[in-house]
Amino acid sequence: MSFEQTLARLEQIASSLDRDDLPLEEALRLFEEGIAKLREANAALGEAEGKVQRLIEGAAGVLALEEES
Amino acid sequence: MFDAPGSSPEQAFGVGELTTLVKQALEGGFPPLWVKGEVSGFKRHTNGHWYFSLKDAAGQLPCVVWARDTRRIPAPPDEGMAVFARGQLTVYPAQGKLQFMVDALEAEGEGLWKKAFDALKAKLDAEGLTDPARKRRLPRFPRTVAVITSLDGAARRDIEAVVRRRHPGVHLVLIGAVVQGEAAPASIVAALDRLARWGGADVAIIGRGGGSREDLWCFNDESVARAIAACPIPIISAVGHEIDVTIADLVADLRAATPSVAAEHAVPILAEVQEHLRRLGGRLADALEDRVVAERRALLTQLERFTLRATRMVERRRARVQQVAGRLEALSPVATLSRGFAVARDADGRTLTGRSAFAVGATFDLLVQDGRVHARTESIHDDAPHLPSRA
Repeated sequence: MSFEQTLARLEQIASSLDRDDLPLEEALRLFEEGIAKLREANAALGEAEGKVQRLIEGAAGVLALEEES
Repeated sequence: MFDAPGSSPEQAFGVGELTTLVKQALEGGFPPLWVKGEVSGFKRHTNGHWYFSLKDAAGQLPCVVWARDTRRIPAPPDEGMAVFARGQLTVYPAQGKLQFMVDALEAEGEGLWKKAFDALKAKLDAEGLTDPARKRRLPRFPRTVAVITSLDGAARRDIEAVVRRRHPGVHLVLIGAVVQGEAAPASIVAALDRLARWGGADVAIIGRGGGSREDLWCFNDESVARAIAACPIPIISAVGHEIDVTIADLVADLRAATPSVAAEHAVPILAEVQEHLRRLGGRLADALEDRVVAERRALLTQLERFTLRATRMVERRRARVQQVAGRLEALSPVATLSRGFAVARDADGRTLTGRSAFAVGATFDLLVQDGRVHARTESIHDDAPHLPSRA
């Protein structure tokens, strides 16, 4: 799941939890999922420095990423 | 005696020989130069060459643009258009004709560029490729941003700097492309193709820094426009400066005034993302707390209702028990005894209910309200004061 998707899911969960007609069990399950997603997103943000890479096309059209100095 | 070439019939030139000499003299005497005039009799030959004349009030000059050179000219000129043509003056020996070989053609003002731009724009408009409704929303939180530009251009450095400043964790993937000159359109299209095949970017910036109109022209190329429109990844175009609007800008999902601005559109500020996450976490916690409070309240209400119901039920049962007890009491022989009646029983405990159960001389027990009386039958009679006398 991309960072974007993780955040979208989080927003969806927050909206669902705001509803009163959700069964408690479902609310608890969503809350747990939300906390997990939150951790995931925070971990992704805390990742090491973003890289600068170059997309190279090799023989037979094979694409590869190469670190840029 | 020395006879100069052409000085006598014996020394006559061959036609081709002479026209070739004239051609050489003309080409030697005139370096490539600019000529201005009005276009007349424009004709596009099936082999791709363009033919026309440049003229003014005093003269006329036959011109040709070879097919390979037409590619550098944004659009064919209109009849009567005032143009500047750069080329080499020569002679076309086969026809003995003066000829100006044009390799660059410009109209006064925006002329040909505007014409080419408008024509392509109208075509893409008609196909709906510039429709604002086609534009995709950019991802708000991209992790990977692709950049299609010259690897050693200023645009790339500007974008890198802005991205690093806003969000050091975002990955940048550079896809090198030639962004000026004749090779540029094909190179940009190839880069877009790599971007699509790779598929790892959330958003892409395509562009270059400022330059002349000719330098930026590849971003007005039809194949580039179509490749941008067809790209599965949202594209931000950033070509030149604020004032430069290209066809690429019109088909891209977002037009940024400069590469730096494109980077600002592409990448959020890290602190803002963190704040957003914090708020989301807060919303989750609040929602759950609200939910727990509500559940507890609901539970308490239920408990109260249950207690009330249970109490009422016990009361109802107690009332019924009392009612039944009253009725039982009414039926009980004990109550009867208390009213002064007695029950006769024999030694085996059988109730003696009539005269025939008694025998003279036999003993029996009389149960009274507060005990037992042992008695003996003296005599048996069929009359009794409480019974109506037998007829």
